[in-house]
Amino acid sequence: MSYLTLDGVSHYYFSKKQYTESLHNISFSVKKNEFVALLGPSGCGKSTLLSMISGMLQPAEGEILINNEKIEISELEIGYMLQQDYLFPWKTIIDNVLIGPQIRKRQTSDLKQKAIALLEEVGLKNVADKYPSELSGGMRQRAALIRTLITEPEILLLDEPFSALDFQTKLKLEVLVSDLLKAYQKTAILVTHDIGEAISMSDRIILMSSNPGAIAKIYDVPVELRDESPFLARKHPKYGRLFDKIWADLDQQKHTVKPMEENAYERS
Amino acid sequence: MNGPKLFAAYQQKLKKEAKIVLTWQLSILVLFFAFWEAASRLYWIDPLLFSSPSRVFSSIWSRLIQGSLLGHIQITLFETILGFLIGTIAGIVIASMLWSFHRFSKIMDPYLVVFNAMPKVALGPILIVALGPGYLSIIAMGFIISVIVTTLVVFAAFNEVDQNYLKVLRSFDATKWQCFKEAVFPASLPAIISTLKVNVGLSWVGVIVGEYLVSKQGLGYLIIYGFQVFDFTLVMSSLVIIAILAAIMYKTVEKIEQLLIRK
Repeated sequence: MSYLTLDGVSHYYFSKKQYTESLHNISFSVKKNEFVALLGPSGCGKSTLLSMISGMLQPAEGEILINNEKIEISELEIGYMLQQDYLFPWKTIIDNVLIGPQIRKRQTSDLKQKAIALLEEVGLKNVADKYPSELSGGMRQRAALIRTLITEPEILLLDEPFSALDFQTKLKLEVLVSDLLKAYQKTAILVTHDIGEAISMSDRIILMSSNPGAIAKIYDVPVELRDESPFLARKHPKYGRLFDKIWADLDQQKHTVKPMEENAYERS
Repeated sequence: MNGPKLFAAYQQKLKKEAKIVLTWQLSILVLFFAFWEAASRLYWIDPLLFSSPSRVFSSIWSRLIQGSLLGHIQITLFETILGFLIGTIAGIVIASMLWSFHRFSKIMDPYLVVFNAMPKVALGPILIVALGPGYLSIIAMGFIISVIVTTLVVFAAFNEVDQNYLKVLRSFDATKWQCFKEAVFPASLPAIISTLKVNVGLSWVGVIVGEYLVSKQGLGYLIIYGFQVFDFTLVMSSLVIIAILAAIMYKTVEKIEQLLIRK
């Protein structure tokens, strides 16, 4: 039973003199409560794909279906987390967290209680009235996570949300996100170029190749790893095996691409 | 624990630094007036043309007592503040419209560039013909000189706002107006405040030039009148008053900045 389906999705970028196909014939589906990772080099169109799922961008070709029906994507509650927290520096943490309901004019006092409870869950209750500049990077990203969760999204789109953090903070946050998503039973799509992150967090990994962005390979993450928290999963013997496999496939991809595209990969 | 002691020493150091700066600032001021006075009395400069601080201040004092000066100050201040406010607010409103309608901004681009490059003071005679030789023309002058610069600077600031803030808001289905209100405008506030500071100076230029052209009242009129009757003490007095008022206005804008922007 697939929940979200992408069927033959393509996308083009236009500039004055030429056009580039950035995504070519992408088809995959995501089950309810599944955690899927999109893994690939920079510039393979992962983020573009997320923008299309979120409804901010229309696919040039192909369709995006929810429950096998093409629905108005804006009806769907989508949570979006970006590389950086993008908390508004002129709002306090609690106001930042409540920006979603405020935009949708659904702010209630219950919701504020809920926001405080969620902040408490991630250890931010005592900084609710502080401004983002007074918090560390990890705390800010946690606040951004709560901002995304407060609207109770059906699908969570995570666009390299851990990439700007130091390793220790990143691991802690991976565990937190993984726990919260399991607890609230969310469907999630994580975009990353970090193989370890993809393996330790997700149920399935979609490896992408670039120019144009296309699906190269799909891996099922072993059940043993899925059930572990990201921290422990990294120590599991099967983790290393899958890592090596993906690494080898990525390496091969790297050797088959043209020199210009190799540069694009190096940047990642 | 050395903490409190070191902190006290640090605070002491800050205080001392502030004191040194202030001492220098005052010294330069006093020295400037002293030199001016001495140069005038010793005929290094022609006292008839460049007057002297003692004459300037006694002239200001006597005109204040007569009560004639206050009226002039009031008129000019009123015109300047009004020109400043209208110019700034109109500039921000136009910039917001340019931001909201992308095509409109593309269409308007060459006209804004031409109008910005044009010396606005040259429009003075046209304004007088159109609005009559009264305070309306003068306020229009204060307005016209600041409005286009404000529009361009604020519009540029709107466009420089990180698109990811808008992405966050759009993921909550924010409308364009909500994006503007929640992200674009607050993120551009620092740029808006700095145009306010520039506009303080500009609107003084506009209003004084406007008064040169038409007025029977105001500090600009006093300068021109003093020039015509060869009373350079009056010219210098007006300049000193303008300097003081402009500085006060600038400081007020700075206070507003401190209120609006968290440091």
